[in-house]
Amino acid sequence: MTLETLLHDFALSPAWYFTAGRGLLVIIILMSIAAYSVLLERKASAWIQGRIGPNRTNHPLIAWIPGIGTLLMKGGFIQPAADGLKFLFKEDPLPGHVRKVYYILAPIIALAPALVTLTMLPFGEFSYEGQKHIITLCPGADVGVLFMFAISSLGVYGIAIGGWAANSKFPFLGAVRGSAQLISYELAMGLSVLTVFLATATPNENNPLSLVAIVNSQTGAWNILYHPVAALIFLIAIFAETNRHPFDMPESETDLVGGFHTEYGAFKFGLFFVAEYGHMIIGSSLFILMFLGGWHVLPWLPTVGSGTVASLLGVAAFFVKLAFFLFFFVWVRWTIPRFRYDQVMRIGWRVLLPVAILNLLAYFAWYALRG
Amino acid sequence: MLSADNPTMAIKIVERRPLSLAERTYLPQILAGLKVTWDNMVRPPVTLQYPDERPTIPQNYRGVPTLVRDPNGREKCVSCQLCEFVCPPKAIRITPGSITENAENAHVEKAPQEFEINMLRCIYCGLCQEVCPEEAIWLQTQYSMTGTSRDQMVNNKARLYELGGTLPDSHHKWDKKKAEAEKQADGHH
Ligand code: SF4
Ligand code: SF4
Repeated sequence: MTLETLLHDFALSPAWYFTAGRGLLVIIILMSIAAYSVLLERKASAWIQGRIGPNRTNHPLIAWIPGIGTLLMKGGFIQPAADGLKFLFKEDPLPGHVRKVYYILAPIIALAPALVTLTMLPFGEFSYEGQKHIITLCPGADVGVLFMFAISSLGVYGIAIGGWAANSKFPFLGAVRGSAQLISYELAMGLSVLTVFLATATPNENNPLSLVAIVNSQTGAWNILYHPVAALIFLIAIFAETNRHPFDMPESETDLVGGFHTEYGAFKFGLFFVAEYGHMIIGSSLFILMFLGGWHVLPWLPTVGSGTVASLLGVAAFFVKLAFFLFFFVWVRWTIPRFRYDQVMRIGWRVLLPVAILNLLAYFAWYALRG
Repeated sequence: MLSADNPTMAIKIVERRPLSLAERTYLPQILAGLKVTWDNMVRPPVTLQYPDERPTIPQNYRGVPTLVRDPNGREKCVSCQLCEFVCPPKAIRITPGSITENAENAHVEKAPQEFEINMLRCIYCGLCQEVCPEEAIWLQTQYSMTGTSRDQMVNNKARLYELGGTLPDSHHKWDKKKAEAEKQADGHH
């Protein structure tokens, strides 16, 4: 069995062990990227503030490796494992005043959509026996971007239910803000990506809503060059949807203690934490797929080499872009302060939404005039 | 008349302009902010990894108070107890003692028999150093003082001299006094 066949089977075969393997891969990918995003967050914030960041955690077995052991320790690479274990082994309190079932359910509801969406995410393509296939964790289900939006927005239910179930005022306020924010920004987000679908919907494209089709339409110039306004609106909207600074209304630790997760501790808090990073990963991936050429290496330079090498390079390009985006999220967080709640609403309804509509109308007019 | 174009006036009136459209989108400021944080990111960190790295302590630092000897090795303290009385938190406890008749520095007459500074009380104010007429007590560069029991936090005389060492001193006040006294005694003969 060649490497190519193995990869092909792993990516496409419906056999249960391959399916289980892919499922496991989702969890491993999401968890490790989320864990290392936390590390990135801690390290980058330290660099920005003139500090050093985590550089002490180590395991005797790793410390024993000469050179690399110290390097891993200095880079803080063992820290995420320690953080995760800490969450796992901490006492998991169940406060007396909470609504128990929903309290336990909320972190699961927050994380599940992130995991589900990730299974549908295409992040590369390869050709096998002259046919092109998409590298995704759930092959054959090219359900497109609508599904992504539908499912990933469900994550806010975790916040809403968690804030309500916690049965105290700060979580409640956080939950209310979270829901309001989602509604305000979802609209602008949807309208902004419509321009991309318009561009993809050529007569010979039978599924213009598919992410794969969108990526394939970007072999030349990336969409960000054709749709800069849409890209900007989408970028702002994903900051708001993932509740990241400057839009971290539901959490806003300075005025709401911790917002929706105030009453949560131990692993339940950890799940909320991973869910936030999961949504960052998905938001960034959608941006990359729709505006930054997906797995194409550079504009006008879709592939380098051929065969397995090219497809692996494509996947690598995707993950490099993803890493940059996660860094960008962190960079923005430690740069600017949080908006006030009324500012968030004003930006959403009075700026982003009209601009998105005008932008869409402009593209309508452009396509109508061009015929 | 106050105005911006009257150069004799030392007042500059700054024009209050409304925010431009670009400024109202927040974006230029956000980009400028990102530049600032980027510059910070590529700068070396300022954190000092104590205790692996130690700070450099300036010579005029006000650290743990110590007792010093003069260049001849004589203990300078004459147990006048001024420091004990001036010490605001009453950290100093001196047991005065006398110097035996036939000792080399018998002319100084007094020296502390025991000298204790309780570092759990000391507030590092430096008043003891300021009040001492003999320049015998000095707050030097030791900045870290730890112990595992209350007793260990009390510096006794031996420890104070060990910490203090010898400070260069060109006065030799007591030698001069001795010489003077001898001269006067000679004159009377
Ligand atoms: S240290 Fe100075 S002030 Fe204190 S008893 Fe000795 S001579 Fe007097
Ligand atoms: S430094 Fe101040 S508190 Fe400490 S022993 Fe001297 S006088 Fe007392």
